Amino acid sequence: MEENKNDILNNAAATEEVMATDADFAVQANAGEASVAVAVPADETKAEKKPETKSEFISDNVRIVSPMKLVLKRFFRSRLSVIGLVMFLAVVIFSFIGPAFVSWEEDEVDYSQAQLILYEFQYYEDGDYYTVSINRPDDLNSHAPAFTYGINKNGEKALHLLGTDKTGYDIWVRLMYGGRLSLMLSFLVVLVYTLIGIIMGGLAGYFGGWVDMVIMRIIDILNCLPSLPIMLILGAFFDGSGLDEGMRVYFMMGVLTLMSWSGTARLVRGQILFLREQEYMIATDALGFSPARKIFKHLVPNVMPQLIVSMTLGLGGTILTEASLSFLNLGAPPTVASLGRMVNAAKEPLILSNYVLDWLPAGIIIIIAVVAFNFIGDGLRDALDPKMKR
Amino acid sequence: MVKYIIKRVIYSILILLLVSVLLYLIMRLIPSDYIDQSFRSQLNQGSITEEDIYRLKALYGLADNSFAGIMKGYWKWFTGALSGDLGMSFKYQQPVGTVIADHMWISFGIAMTAFVFQFIIAIPLGIKAATRQYGAVDYSTSVLAMIGISLPSFFLAYLLMYVFSVNLGWLPLQGTASGDTMGFDLGDFLLHMILPMATIIIGSIGGLMRHTRTNTLEVLNQDYVRTARAKGLSERKVIYKHVFRNTMVPIVTMTAGIIPSLFGGMMILEDVFAIDGIGRIAYQALQIGDIPLVMGYNMFIAILSVLGTLLSDLTYMLVDPRIKISK
Repeated sequence: MEENKNDILNNAAATEEVMATDADFAVQANAGEASVAVAVPADETKAEKKPETKSEFISDNVRIVSPMKLVLKRFFRSRLSVIGLVMFLAVVIFSFIGPAFVSWEEDEVDYSQAQLILYEFQYYEDGDYYTVSINRPDDLNSHAPAFTYGINKNGEKALHLLGTDKTGYDIWVRLMYGGRLSLMLSFLVVLVYTLIGIIMGGLAGYFGGWVDMVIMRIIDILNCLPSLPIMLILGAFFDGSGLDEGMRVYFMMGVLTLMSWSGTARLVRGQILFLREQEYMIATDALGFSPARKIFKHLVPNVMPQLIVSMTLGLGGTILTEASLSFLNLGAPPTVASLGRMVNAAKEPLILSNYVLDWLPAGIIIIIAVVAFNFIGDGLRDALDPKMKR
Repeated sequence: MVKYIIKRVIYSILILLLVSVLLYLIMRLIPSDYIDQSFRSQLNQGSITEEDIYRLKALYGLADNSFAGIMKGYWKWFTGALSGDLGMSFKYQQPVGTVIADHMWISFGIAMTAFVFQFIIAIPLGIKAATRQYGAVDYSTSVLAMIGISLPSFFLAYLLMYVFSVNLGWLPLQGTASGDTMGFDLGDFLLHMILPMATIIIGSIGGLMRHTRTNTLEVLNQDYVRTARAKGLSERKVIYKHVFRNTMVPIVTMTAGIIPSLFGGMMILEDVFAIDGIGRIAYQALQIGDIPLVMGYNMFIAILSVLGTLLSDLTYMLVDPRIKISK
């Protein structure tokens, strides 16, 4: 385990140098770490012509590939990571560009009476058949089936690709906006908690002593807090305190952020504890750099590979948490589309059994997004550290 | 060793104390409390007055919402809790301990069974995937595991309900017993438990499978495995005698960490499947502001998770003597 870590770190440390020196071979040789300056025999790469005569310079026979290129190459070699990337791009395009091509708005109710009775269900009681139409056509166009038309607010006839939900919203466009909200909130949460984690972990690892002690105890408390009950309690708290309904979701995400940085902080702390014993840190000491410069310029960049992986995997997890929160009605208000709330519609047995389109596609979008991040994260981990490849 | 344990326990107690103060504070700061919620309609109809409400609040110890008042309430709860009395649940009008004990076992039963199944399925698959790395089994289990991890549990629950109870009609939708059964019918009960368990198993099997696979791969790279092969042992013997046992080391320690989730119940799942387990009870208590029950439940979970981490550290040391305590 320890040795493996060593390798990652060496790799990472050298990454910086190689990038900076534009892969000059002389510098590479100086850098010493043979494992980093990967020399690919020229005949394998096809990019360069194989010299006919054997050159006297070793550099003529090899091609220098920067570690970044190697990482990318390994990443794209793995089929699953490419699938993940494609899925991610698909979700992004769907949710950010898609709404431009749909003639419905996020919170636009279809008031047209385009649909009459959609579903009838019959039941038998006291010797008589009763037929109940679930739709109330005089109200609004709710629970329209897929591929039917309604009339939007511009008075145009517009397609409901996946029909409408109970309140007459177009499901297809709600999926797009829901996906957008999920992605944006998760990115925000992960970015902020990673930042907090870097700062806290950096301080704890670098200074040690009582700083470390205090931060680690805070982390212990955070790990001990039952997160879902806390979120539920705080949701009730924000509701009761007269907070604007649209703002609540941001407060909830803030709480989620404050509760999730501990993992990142531990990761950063662990790495920094190890890194600060390295020779180049002694060099920074000798050069008299300030602690801030040492931490954020020399230590943190070396933790970046692991951080990127943990962020990607964290994105998937955060999307799931966000979906659970909005499933429990702790997320965005009902007019704002959110995937978790759409799945929540299945709580009504009638919708669960008769209107699959109300809840199934939303769940599928969640899964695609989370799977995408998990595949990408896994691929990145393997690519950044081939020796850890399992 | 003993010193380490004592140190850990003292830390844990301090942490639990802080957690309980925090929880109590937030619970009391929720603007509409249990009395407000339960008597809102009566108050609107005018059948009871504001004064009655205030008297009731005083009775429940919710009247004084200043900081000193809250701390007094906390102290009352805390001293009671020390002597084993967690207070009376507002909703059930029973001691919190009794309420928890009443609803805990069904959650525990579901979680335990699911856990056993998970082990039976995940470990052999994980080992198979590792021994045939990059083979068909490996790829398909990896992908399936990943999808299992990525499934939101509530969505999976609805999906299973939709397929197996609504469409195929094989299994009951919700609850723990069919409406027309008299008394306790074991077969009927088990039939009701299939979907919740399947949801848990599908959702959590992926993690265990990946864990097993990673560990097995790590063990397969060890020198003694090479030695075993060099001796000419059959591959079967190498895998099941030398690799498997060492694979179990991290998994045993992981098991100890699972304790809180065994007893804690699953709030969302129990709510979706309408099972009156401890998770659902706690969820409802949270919504109506039943402070003693919420406090009792959360402290129960917090203690379990502290115990779980402690136990998993200790078993780690027991199972693997190479691990030394650093501090």
